[in-house]
Amino acid sequence: MSDETTDAPGPVTMLATPIGLDFDFTPGIAQSKFLRGLEQGKFLGQRCPVCGKVYVPSRGSCPTDGVPTTEDVELANVGTVTTYCVVNVPFAGQSIEIPYICAQILLDGANLSFMGLLQEIPTDQIRMGMRVEAVWVEPDQLTPSLASVRYFRPADEPDADYETYKEYL
Amino acid sequence: MPESEALHAEHHLEYPYSRSVGPVIGAFLTGLRDGKLFGVTGAGGTVIVPPTEYDPTTGDDTGEMVEVGPGGVVESWAWVSRPLRKHPMQTPFAWALIRLDGADTAMLHVVDAGGPDKLATGDRVTVKYRPASERIGAMADIEAFVPEGGAGA
Repeated sequence: MSDETTDAPGPVTMLATPIGLDFDFTPGIAQSKFLRGLEQGKFLGQRCPVCGKVYVPSRGSCPTDGVPTTEDVELANVGTVTTYCVVNVPFAGQSIEIPYICAQILLDGANLSFMGLLQEIPTDQIRMGMRVEAVWVEPDQLTPSLASVRYFRPADEPDADYETYKEYL
Repeated sequence: MPESEALHAEHHLEYPYSRSVGPVIGAFLTGLRDGKLFGVTGAGGTVIVPPTEYDPTTGDDTGEMVEVGPGGVVESWAWVSRPLRKHPMQTPFAWALIRLDGADTAMLHVVDAGGPDKLATGDRVTVKYRPASERIGAMADIEAFVPEGGAGA
């Protein structure tokens, strides 16, 4: 019998059993364009040749018309908060200090909103229709990732009229 | 379309589960951490390794923990000539069912035999633990089983 022993205290009661999967992930050609745009510090979308809507990020086709979106469109750095959520609940793996604001942002020129982090404003002052602008990382820190956008912050503009974004709620 | 148009990135998805091991598996894992192998007595005095909380044939509670090994007999094995990244060894090895001395059931672990021509069903092997400072109470506390009387030759 082995006479090797440790002086470790107490019986073993728990066992770490992580389950991990390693992927080689590709976002596809259309979203790669969007990501490469982020690397250049700009938001790139695509327009549907049938209905004219601009999607950002584009999936490469129009979900309404079922046709490829081939025209690339550069969008503004400013947009409108269509709706939002103030996150107060901590969770495992959280990387942002709570409370923080998670907002749906409709960039000017786009017909699809996307989710962004909103900062530089107290959480009780956020409102629908607020105009916001993207704050980017330093130019030498830009990567083909949404991490290139540090966050959005209030733009020095009056709130957007409800009529301008009511279709995007 | 040329492949270079689409980006690629490594993506690792992991669920960091931890499990409560219970009194019987817990005692087994505690044994591994302390450099000992334990089974449990079942119906008719059989010794089950790794130990279970219930006898697999009768469903009754199992009995006392008994120390087994450190040697045993290879009952069956399969050679892995090209180990995968998450395998317990990165050099070729055998998955083997090993019936430890004093046990009536076989336990799955790896045998570091050196080559498939150096391992046969019925061979005697013995446990090789990791250093005590690295053992945490897990199956990997056993680095491998090795042929009794020295590996390879």
